[in-house]
Order: sequence, then C-alpha cells, then structure tokens
Amino acid sequence: MDPISFVYLAAILFAIGSAAVLTRRNAIVAFMGVELMLNAANLALVSFSRIHGEVDGQVMAFFVMVVAAAEVVVGLAIIIAVFRTRQSISLDEPAELRG
Amino acid sequence: MINPFLFWAVALLTVPPALSLLFAKKAVHIAMSIVLVMVGLATAYVGLDAPFLGVVQIVVYTGAVMMLFVFVLMLVGVDQREDLTETIKGQRWIALFAAGGLGIFLISIVARVTLPVSSSPVTGDPDVIAGVLFSKYVLVMEVLGALLITAAIGALVMTHMPQLRPRHTQKEISASRVKVGADPVNRPMPGYYARHNALDIPALDPQGNPIPDSVSRVLEVRDQTQDGSEFRAQLEDAAGPSLASPPASAPDSAVDTSKPDSSEGKGE
Amino acid sequence: MLDLSWLLIAVPLASAFVLLLAGKRANSWGHWMGVAASASAFLVGLIAFLQMISRPADDRAINVHLFEWIPGGEMHLDAGLLVDPLSLTFVLLITFVGTLIHIYSVAYMEDDANRRIFFAYLNLFVAAMLLLVLADSFLLLFVGWEGVGLASYLLIGFWNFKPEYATAAKKAFVVNRIGDIGLIIAMGLMFAAFGNLDFDTVFGGVSGASEATLTAIGLMLLLAATGKSAQFPLQSWLGDAMAGPTPVSALIHAATMVTAGVYLIVRSAAIFNGAPDARVVVAAVGAFTLILGAVIGMAKDDIKKALAASTMSQIGYMMLAAGLGPIGYAFAIFHLVTHGFFKAGMFLGAGSVMHGMNDRVNMRRFGALRAAMVVTWVTFGAGWLAIMGIPPFSGFFSKDKIIEAAFVGEGWQPWVFGLAALIGAGLTAFYMSRLFFMTFHGKARWEDDQHPHESKLMMTVPMIILAVGSAFLGLILASGDRFVDWLEPVTGHAEHGEPVIAPMVLIIATLVLVAIGIFVAWRKYGVADVPIEAPAASLITIAARNDMFQDSVNRAVFQRPGQHLTRTLVYADAAVVDGAANGTAAGIAKTGEVTRKMQTGQVRGYAATMLVGLVILVIIVVQGGL
Repeated sequence: MDPISFVYLAAILFAIGSAAVLTRRNAIVAFMGVELMLNAANLALVSFSRIHGEVDGQVMAFFVMVVAAAEVVVGLAIIIAVFRTRQSISLDEPAELRG
Repeated sequence: MINPFLFWAVALLTVPPALSLLFAKKAVHIAMSIVLVMVGLATAYVGLDAPFLGVVQIVVYTGAVMMLFVFVLMLVGVDQREDLTETIKGQRWIALFAAGGLGIFLISIVARVTLPVSSSPVTGDPDVIAGVLFSKYVLVMEVLGALLITAAIGALVMTHMPQLRPRHTQKEISASRVKVGADPVNRPMPGYYARHNALDIPALDPQGNPIPDSVSRVLEVRDQTQDGSEFRAQLEDAAGPSLASPPASAPDSAVDTSKPDSSEGKGE
Repeated sequence: MLDLSWLLIAVPLASAFVLLLAGKRANSWGHWMGVAASASAFLVGLIAFLQMISRPADDRAINVHLFEWIPGGEMHLDAGLLVDPLSLTFVLLITFVGTLIHIYSVAYMEDDANRRIFFAYLNLFVAAMLLLVLADSFLLLFVGWEGVGLASYLLIGFWNFKPEYATAAKKAFVVNRIGDIGLIIAMGLMFAAFGNLDFDTVFGGVSGASEATLTAIGLMLLLAATGKSAQFPLQSWLGDAMAGPTPVSALIHAATMVTAGVYLIVRSAAIFNGAPDARVVVAAVGAFTLILGAVIGMAKDDIKKALAASTMSQIGYMMLAAGLGPIGYAFAIFHLVTHGFFKAGMFLGAGSVMHGMNDRVNMRRFGALRAAMVVTWVTFGAGWLAIMGIPPFSGFFSKDKIIEAAFVGEGWQPWVFGLAALIGAGLTAFYMSRLFFMTFHGKARWEDDQHPHESKLMMTVPMIILAVGSAFLGLILASGDRFVDWLEPVTGHAEHGEPVIAPMVLIIATLVLVAIGIFVAWRKYGVADVPIEAPAASLITIAARNDMFQDSVNRAVFQRPGQHLTRTLVYADAAVVDGAANGTAAGIAKTGEVTRKMQTGQVRGYAATMLVGLVILVIIVVQGGL
C-alpha cells in the first residue's frame, strides 16, 4: 500500500482538529484540537519523508514536536491563569474584545 | 510499500477517537481518546520507517503532553461537563463548511498528485536522526533549546500566584481573635471527655453538657452527629448523681460565647 | 552729507515714534518736535542738494548702502538709498512743502486734542514718502509706498469718530490696495525677468528683455500708479479722502503722495522706453483722467472736493507727460513740482477759508470773502493764476510744455493727446475761476453764524511762501532749461520734437481758451447771482456732481459680482469642499460602525474567520498554481 494513504489520514485528522477548535467552547478541548492538527501535520511530514526516502521530514516532525511541547506548556499556563481569574475556561467568556 | 493492515489499524485507532473531540461531553474522555490517537500515530511512524519518531511520539505526547492536559483538567475540575449547544450564531455551519471543505480540498489535492515512492527508504534510527540534527539542522536545534527554556520560564511566570494579602503570623491571628471577644484557646476535640472515640460525638464540658462546636460542621450539616445522651446515662451510672444536675449558668455561658465565632474559628 | 541721507528718513521716523509712544506728556511740545523733525529733514536735503549741484552732471547718482536686507540665495537684496537729481527733487519738495504744512498745522489743529498724534502721523508720512523716493530698489520703494498708504489711511480717518470719515479712510485704503497688487505683480515679473529688484539690475537688464515682458511690467506699474495717484479707473478714493484735515489734503492728497504714481512711472523710465504700448496706455489714462477730473471739478460745490478733482486732473497732465516718453518725463516732474506748490497753497487757502467759515465747505454759501481775508485772497489768487497757466506764473511754464509735448508725434496720438491737454487747459481755467469767484467774489451768501476773518500769522506765512513759489518757481526753473538739464541724468536726453502745430500757435490757443474759461466763469459766478441751492442742471452736470457715478459703477461692476462670486464660493466651499471632507469622515465612521460589528469578541469566531480565509487563500494559490 502506498504511503500516500497516510496523507489522506492526515488530512482527515487535520479537518477534525480544526472543527474541534471552531466548535468546542472548553479551552482545553480546543487546545487538544490544535494538538491534533499539529500531529496530523507531523503524520504528513513523516509520510512524505518515507515517500522521498529522506530523513529530513522526520527531523521536521521532531522540531514540530518540540515546538508543540513548548506551546502546550505556555498554553496550559495561560489556561490556568485565566481559570484563576475567571473561574472558567470557556472560550466564549473573555469577550472583552467585542467592538 | 507498507502493510495495508497497518494502515487500516492506524486509521481505526486514530479517526474514531479523534471524533470524540467533536462529540464527547467530558474533557477527560476526550483527553484519553487523544492519547489513543497519539499511540496510533506512533504506530504509524514506526510503520513508516521512523522508529525514533514513534518512540518520541509516545514519550512526548502520551507521556508528557497529554498527561499535562489531564493534570490541568484536574486542576480546573475534572467533572466539568460541557454544554454542546452552540452560542455563536452560524458558528457550527461555518465550522462544518470550513473544516469539511478544508478536508475535502486537501484530499482532492492529494488525490491529484502522484508521487513516486522511493525504493530505498532510509530508516529513521536515532543515529541517523542525530546525524542530521546535529549537522544540517544544528542551528535550529539550538534555537529550539532556547525556545523550550523560554517556554518553561514563561509557564512559571504565568502560573506564579502573587501574594495579594500580607501573611498573618499565629500571634496576629490570636490577637485578632481576642480583640473580637472570641474564645482565645482552641476548641476541644470531639469526644474529648467522652468515653467514645468517634468524631461524630461532641465533647462534654466539666458539667457533662455536650459542646456542639467540638464536632466538625460538615458532619452537622450532614446530620451525622450523635448527641452524648446515651453515654451520659452511662456516665451517671458510674459516677453517681452528683453529676446529673450541674449548675446551669457556667456551661450555658461557655456554650454561648463559643457559638457566634465558631465558623470563623473553623475557617482558620 | 550725501552719505548721511538716511537721516532724511530716520529723523521724521524717530520723531513719529517718540510722539506716538510719549503719550499725553508730549502734548505741550509734540507739534514743535514734529515741525523740527520735518525742518531738519529739509536742511539735510538742502545740504545734499548743494553738494549735488557742485558735482559734475554725469556723477550725480550716489548709492548709499544701508545694510544687507534680504540675503536669500539667488536674490540678494540690500537696503540702500539712491540719491540722484530725481529723488533729490522730491526730497526738497516733500520736506519744504511738508515743513510749511507742519507749521500751518500747528495753528490749524490748535483746538484738536490729538494734535500730537496728528503730527506723529505727518512725520510718519514724511519718513515713508522720503523712503519711497530715495529707495534704490523696487522692494524698498514698496515699503515706502505702503508706508504712505498707511499714513494716508490714518490721516484721512483722523477724525474717525465720524463714520463717513472712517469709511472714506477705508475706501482709500482698499482702492490703494488694488493698485498695490499691480506693483507686487510688477515686482514678481521683474524678479522673473531680471532676477532681482534693485534699480541697477532691473534697468540694466531692460535691453535684454522682450517687449512683451516690458509691456506687462509697465501696465502693472501703471495700475500701481493709478491707485496711488487717483487716476482712472482707481480715482474714486481721492474725493472722499478730503475727509481728512485740510493740511493733510494739501500735503498728501495734493502735493506729494498722490504724485508718487508719476514718480514711479518716471523712475521706471527705462522700462517704459522699451514698451511703447504701455506708454501709450499711460498717456491715454492721463488724458482721460485730466478731462474727467476737470469735468467733475466744474460741478462740485464742495471747495475741497473741487480742489481734489483739480488735483486728479493735474496729475492727469503729469501722467500724460510721463506717457509721452523721454520728451515728457522732465515736464511731468516739472509740473509735479509747480503743482505741489500752487495746489498746496490753494489747499492751505481753502483751509484758511474753512477756518474763517466755521469749517463749512459749500462754496454756494461763500462769496465776497476778498475783503474779509485779504491775505488768503492774494495767495489763493497766485495759485489760481498759476494753475491756469497765466504767464509768468509757474503753471504756465510747466503746463504749456506738456501741451506742446503732447502735440509731438505722428498719426492720431498727437491730435488726441494734444487736444485733450488743450481742452483740459480751458476747462481748468473755467473750474478754477468758478471756484475762485464763488469763494472770494460776488455777493456774500454766508450763513448767519459765519463771521469770516483772516487766519493767524502762522497759517498765512506758509500760504505766502507757497504763493511766492507758485508765482516765480516756474520762471526760475524754466529759464535756460535749468530743471530739464538737472533731471537729464535720470530721464535721459530728449530729442527735441516738433509739434504738429507751431508752438507759438499753441501758446496763443491755450491762452485764448483760458481767457474764455475765465470769462465764462466770471459772467456766471462773478457777476451773476449764485443760487444757494444747486440748480437743476443737465445730465452731464448731475453726473459730474456725483463723480461720474464712479461709486455706482464700481459697485455694479466689481462689488456686486464680487459678492455673488464670494457667495458662490462660500456655497461651493460648504457644499463641495466641506461636503467632501465631511462625507469622507462620515463614510469612514459608517464603515467603522459596520466593521465594528464584526469584532464580536468571540475567539472562536475569529478562529473561524482565520480558517475560512486560509481555505480561500489555499484554494486561490493552488488553483492559480495548478
């Protein structure tokens, strides 16, 4: 079976992740949607790495993981800080940017 | 070429749990589903000749990131149920069309290209990855190290809770307690003078009257306390009638003074 | 002493400042200080003149460098004075007549509480006028030009508690500004054509400039001159300017300031020599104004306004002469000098008459003042004979030369200009005689409260001196062509042209016309009774009494359309300019109102927007790329 199949899988996962970000109000769940999107991209990178027979795609995926780890740390810290001040992690709550 | 079984296994292991992101109500369930997705992806990596990345995926995502998520979920309340009704008008349709459109579009693009699969795949073993990482991408590596440290410090700063009110010493606490006329000493333990060792029985004062404050308020609210009457009867039997009719004034006053600030005392 | 000629300007200017700043404490001595400042300026001018005539004729132009004025890159202009025969002539006229009028004013303004301020303004005028004639560049000349305009405004409106006097001052100021625009445009053209504004550069560059440029500059200079000298079409302010105290009318609106236009034309002789068309226009304006002024003068009953019309007419003569070119420049200045004497003398006489008649000016209520005011009668008579050009009074020598010069030339010009000058002489004789007879002869038509008496010595002495000048100055200056030779370094040598009619015939014709004028006036106003109320008269007389309806014409031709234009512009400004600005602002505000709604504050909404945008972008890129 062609490794390109995994790219289809990555596309589906990416779409699911983006839909989760758009529909879920829980900040942590939305955040997990972001993580899913990142992982979908990783899957695509690894698949292309396999298709091309190069290791660079895997290194890129590795970098993405590192950046995602850093992002998770900061993002969750933000969620905790928001929760402390608002007692809520709903994304609809902080609507102070309303024009 | 890869094993179709592997592909379908991975697909089944990832897509249905991923859909929980959209439909599951409890965040903890979602987190556990995503753990499954991560494991599935790790499997896929191994199948795609990237064993090192598969291991990293397990360690970083299932081991660290998702556990961090679960940890944070516990901090903010595990049992938070989410109301799935949409509040923003049209958001669900937009999400459906945008995400669905994106997925369909990406798939259609992928379907249109044909990429020749390399016949000599390079297995992403740790030494191979390390060779590339520390030669070709060494600068990126360094930058990412700096990024991680920055993120760590950022998280520390973000979650650090500043001291908003001055810290009270024990001396100040007792002084303030005297000031408002409350009981200066600690309240008696429950069952202190009782012959019963349970927490749900109020202590007795020297006159043999029960002291309600000695029992945890939670038990009181739950109506799980017992009065000391049955033990008192046993007490009377043992010690004789002198204890049966105590002077009324002293214990009453003791009980009365301790009552008003009972909640405050417990709060401390 | 020539290097010290800046004192000419500095002394009266300093005096003006002291008088204006000193306040009431200067009331007791302020007028004498004003007289002293003017007199000392005259002394400086006289010494400069004596030094000048001791120099050879071709070395009579001294540039006195004062200071670096505008050191601006390509335009480097220094403030400096040009002392030459022309400017010295003016200096002597201004300071001499000015000093006499200062002395006269001491008595004339005796009862006025603000006499000190009056003298400050007079000194300011003298300083500005001297700056005008001594300047060595058009720009410095312009400073003096505006200075005399300011002084004129202040002095016409000196009694500004009367609204019509204040209006008259404003009118003079506004009309003069129109002329000033001409001068400014002329300076702009000069700067464009010659690169600088000092006389040396401009006149030196004339030979290299095109005739069209010179004609344009000349016409703009003429516009400036018509404004300052009350020539057609900017003549309307002069009659109203008589609102000022009579010494002001004598000094500023007869002898000196109004002749600044003539000075400007003659000073710019080099430009006009290169622009014959502009010169013809100058002459035509002069000829027309001299007839216009004379006709107006024949109908006026106000003694000062009649004299003002006469001034207009006489300056028309000067303009005509200046427009004739090199043969006329010297005569224009000659007539200017003699006119300065006799017209100032007559104005002072009119002031004396008004002084004796409770400041009334209606000549129909005068008459038979000869007996009551003998000195005034004699001095006024000298001026009367002089202006009519009766030999040997000074007007004869100057005006006759102009008439003669006007007949020189070819084609239609000598006939038109010459006949205008000739007829003007006859008209002059009539209206001046009318004025003279109505005032001093005939029956007394005084009002009950009028008790005419001779004025004080301090008023009569200047009148006598001016009368002597009126009588003999022309003879002195004309004998042996002394004045023309004196001015020759500036005006250039004039080829002697033969008039189309023999000079002797012209003199006789002029004198005959003058005699007819006098005779008619005598019959009508000397012998016959003069009605107290102006009788019904022909259309032209009514028109003349109303200054040829100049104000109505100005109103109809300039003011009304101007008002409509400004109203239209205001409307257009409000509708189009403001509308565009406000509309843009409103549109932006509206756009903001609409787009503001898009900012829901919902993070997921933003995320949706981002995703949709991303999808669209990817579609565009991919489809465009594929």
